Amino acid sequence: MNLASTPDDHLTDLAIIGAGPAGLAAAITAREIGLSVTVLDEQSAPGGQIYRAVEDASGRARARGWAFNLHDYGVGSKLVARFRSSGAQYCPGQSVFDISADGGIGVLGPAGARWVEARRVLIATGAMERPVPVPGWTLPGVIGAGAVQATMKSAGMVPGGHAVIAGSGPLVYLVAHQLLIAGGSVAGVLDTTPHANYRRAAPSLVRAALSGNEVRRGLAWRRGLKKRVAVFRTGVDSLQIEGTDTVEAISFKAGGRRERIACDMVLLHEGVVPSTQLAMAAGAEHDYDPLQACWRPRMDDHGRTSVPGILVAGDGARIDGAELAVEAGHLAALAAAVDLDLIAPEEAARQGAAARAKIARKAPLRRFLDMLYRPRDEVLAPPDDETIVCRCEEVTAGELRQVAAMGCPGPNQAKAFTRCGMGPCQGRMCGLAAATILAEATGQSVAETGHLRVRAPIKPITVGELAALEGVGAPPETGPLLPTAPDDGEGP
Amino acid sequence: MFKRLHELHVPVTFDFEGETVTADDGESLAEALLAHGVRHVRNAVVSGQPRAPYCMIGVCFECLVEIDGRPNRQACMTPVRAGMKVRRQRGAADVGAGGEG
Repeated sequence: MNLASTPDDHLTDLAIIGAGPAGLAAAITAREIGLSVTVLDEQSAPGGQIYRAVEDASGRARARGWAFNLHDYGVGSKLVARFRSSGAQYCPGQSVFDISADGGIGVLGPAGARWVEARRVLIATGAMERPVPVPGWTLPGVIGAGAVQATMKSAGMVPGGHAVIAGSGPLVYLVAHQLLIAGGSVAGVLDTTPHANYRRAAPSLVRAALSGNEVRRGLAWRRGLKKRVAVFRTGVDSLQIEGTDTVEAISFKAGGRRERIACDMVLLHEGVVPSTQLAMAAGAEHDYDPLQACWRPRMDDHGRTSVPGILVAGDGARIDGAELAVEAGHLAALAAAVDLDLIAPEEAARQGAAARAKIARKAPLRRFLDMLYRPRDEVLAPPDDETIVCRCEEVTAGELRQVAAMGCPGPNQAKAFTRCGMGPCQGRMCGLAAATILAEATGQSVAETGHLRVRAPIKPITVGELAALEGVGAPPETGPLLPTAPDDGEGP
Repeated sequence: MFKRLHELHVPVTFDFEGETVTADDGESLAEALLAHGVRHVRNAVVSGQPRAPYCMIGVCFECLVEIDGRPNRQACMTPVRAGMKVRRQRGAADVGAGGEG
């Protein structure tokens, strides 16, 4: 990125990657201050996953009405409308495959690849569902509960046969609730929240309940499900999904007893984790958050990462939900404007005061949710050696334990021996579990074990597309592909 | 395994493994295949086991298919297009196949 402090017609002041709540809010704020803004988004319409297809006015609208609750729908519509009229340049259908330390943002769209140069970059790539490595999770018919919700929002589709939802977190109740309203089938809800988590979260309950109506809303969904779903179990663990070429049943333990439900779909969910791929590829330092059990980019209160000029905001930085992602996006835009000398620090502090107050006010709710829905150990590191951890290269938990016993201290070494993390998803699905398994096996902490190194391109791109790259900011041809002579006297 | 909750808005047809599939304009390819009852869209690279879309938001790469001769396309991130020819991705990606460079 070009960190020049003088404006330049060829540069956008702020490039924002991701058009979810954080990215949209940042674009609106930055435009109000007068920055030029380019928003790059992989989806075909603004809104991110939470407000996916919120503008769609087609025949799918009815299903969409079910998939959003009315309050969220209104908030999302207003945010997208403000963004549309903000004057930000909006580029949908664009995958960012690289942020180079000295060059630009590598963008791949239907028309090919190009480099975009910006004076500041905000990564607002949001969250992904935490992968749930349990026996049988690679069978067709097993899908994320959030994936089903996304499909409901954008395509107006629901599971048609016998679907079982197994997992923990507010989304489990919400998706089950929405599917029932929409006329889908829910053969069972298996709540995997450990009973011990209720005791741990209890001290935070009162303050969480006082910070908003979220707790009450969640309890109402849960009560409704208990009445309407044939099988509703709590304290569930030891999931096993059965089938040969497709899901045929799920078995599990509840209250120490093993049960089995015949079904043709299993919806898994164990919360969401930040999508850190891009921030990691850009070289930003990340830390392991033991409570949220995920990696997070190291940042200051306004989203500045360890890489000068690159900021993060929203669930891609820390799981806080859509409402606070808007506030974080606003603060990050103010920080970018301060760094570009386009707003005085005192004025930015004044404009950010309400956002900071709101984030502080909601902290008890986040603490409560983090304690209550912390995934059980068998999700973080599957105990059964046969369970596939790396879906792309089909590497099992047992193989990782084997290489740990051979002396592999971390996921990057294990990758060389097992190919774990070497497939097309580049460790997005296996990275967390692999690090946790290796940490357990070597007696280190996950932080000490470290994460898979992420390297561009982080999206599939052909050699032809790379070769045809045009535009300002293209790295020189003698770039990172060729070794360079060491200049610090320490050797490579 | 998925059903649509509405009539098709703007029907488009495409080819999946020689079969004509009707989808709704604006749907992703993965959504269209799931609604058509397609159980698996690719075979795993080592075991050849059948696989299906898992995340639907571009993260898991389980929905990789070959579109008009180009392998490694994410079906969940690709809007359906009338007349597109789609095949399952079988086994490991063939380096050198389908590139246009």
